[in-house]
Amino acid sequence: MLLIKCPYCDEDRPELEFHYEGEAHIARPPDPSTLNDEQWAEFLYVRSNSRGPHRERWRHLHGCGRFFNAARNTVTDKFIVTYKQGEHPAIDGDDVEPSP
Amino acid sequence: MGDFSAVALFRHALSGHRQWPAQWRSPDPKQSYDVVIVGGGGHGLATAYYLAKEHGPLRIAVLEKGWIGSGNTGRNTTIIRSNYLWEASAGIYDHALTLWRDLSSELNYNVMFSPRGVMMLAHSLHDEQVFKRHIHANRLAGVDNEWLTPQQAKDFCPVLDIDPDRRYPVIGAAFQRRGGVARHDAVAWGYARAADRLGVDIIQNCEVTAIDRGSDGAVRGLETSRGRIEGGRIGVVAAGNTSVIMEMAGVRMPIETYPLQALVSEPVKPIFPCVVMSNTVHAYISQSDKGELVIGASTDQYVSYSQTGGLHVTSHALEAVNEMFPMFRRLRMLRTWGGRVDVTVDRSPIIGKTPVPGLFVNCGWGTGGFKATPGSGHVFAATIANDEPHPLAAPFSLERFRTGEFIDEAAAAAVSH
Repeated sequence: MLLIKCPYCDEDRPELEFHYEGEAHIARPPDPSTLNDEQWAEFLYVRSNSRGPHRERWRHLHGCGRFFNAARNTVTDKFIVTYKQGEHPAIDGDDVEPSP
Repeated sequence: MGDFSAVALFRHALSGHRQWPAQWRSPDPKQSYDVVIVGGGGHGLATAYYLAKEHGPLRIAVLEKGWIGSGNTGRNTTIIRSNYLWEASAGIYDHALTLWRDLSSELNYNVMFSPRGVMMLAHSLHDEQVFKRHIHANRLAGVDNEWLTPQQAKDFCPVLDIDPDRRYPVIGAAFQRRGGVARHDAVAWGYARAADRLGVDIIQNCEVTAIDRGSDGAVRGLETSRGRIEGGRIGVVAAGNTSVIMEMAGVRMPIETYPLQALVSEPVKPIFPCVVMSNTVHAYISQSDKGELVIGASTDQYVSYSQTGGLHVTSHALEAVNEMFPMFRRLRMLRTWGGRVDVTVDRSPIIGKTPVPGLFVNCGWGTGGFKATPGSGHVFAATIANDEPHPLAAPFSLERFRTGEFIDEAAAAAVSH
């Protein structure tokens, strides 16, 4: 079981308190009607599925209830950093551009 | 190398079984092949076998990063069934089930296919309605699946407790008699040996590091840890690592990789005659020919390539098994393991062409790919050879994520992953 630091509660808590919410920093297109099918499918279904550092969302479901973001290494499952919404700390080996 | 037979067994007994030849060669990679299969699991080896057998003569190589069968092929619960909901699924999974029946004689290798029946327990009205819908859908598609009353279920599987006062009472079961289990390692070995005999080069410890594309965008070859290999057609059958390999060709995939765990108990005498699954309490269980109880747990919630998962996931599976079969409470567990499963949103595989000419992909089998091994290899071989999807593979194209023609089997998984 993972030990996860909620950036809002500022505490390490067991994974069972959290719910995984998928890849982070995938912004919903502001005007979906301007997208073609290819771009819409990309937004809905295509994921980086990175082997290594992975930006992802978690929710402290059975705690403060808030959504936050994390960078985790998917090979070791170790968290690199967890951070609040709106933040985007740089990490090694990751060049993802920050987006809302 | 000769066929396996009773005569061969007897002859080799005279020399104390020390003269058995290697079952397949370990060739160095040649400079170029007509078809290169990336991934030496069951699906990849089956693909190579059917390519060589039905579409030859072709120069074929299978590249495997570790040793063959070291991924999900050697890390699953070996359950085989075909009672999925939609016709497209019935087509491919039942095609596989048909191939399973004669696979041992086809490969001259005992894959220990045992059609002992797969029983899915219903514990609630909702379960009953869902299973009956499946049964009717299966009947229309020509796939066997029947409804059992609690007593009929118990008659087939005597260890089942059908007391209506249980926390999760058994109110019936969907039952596929042709379903069962097979020996997972033997499937990889059997296909490897049979493919090798048809001239396929199985190259182990050969990691693909890059895919080379020409100016027209088509694939030209691969860079590997054992040097460059030219290949006119490349079939990627890399399960959990599909996204990583496809990225090398610049193709982003609609899949995510999760850990899926399973565990086996210490071996006991035969007690469990079939495969039993329960969605409500989330467990599936069968007994191997060695006597171990083979138990499937669920996926972890996060993307991971670690091949391990949380202990709470396996504990949950054991709690469920103990709830259904209290007599197993004192059994010790021998080992657990985790696989990397590549999951699509509709829980159906992706088989077919990609936007890159010459590059084909067979992935997204998620939590239940073992059962499809022969069928998957068979239709993927035809897809690569003809550069056009096999009719059974056509609905499973990568295109469906754009067109929205999904084959939604999320509800059809025997247990929810």
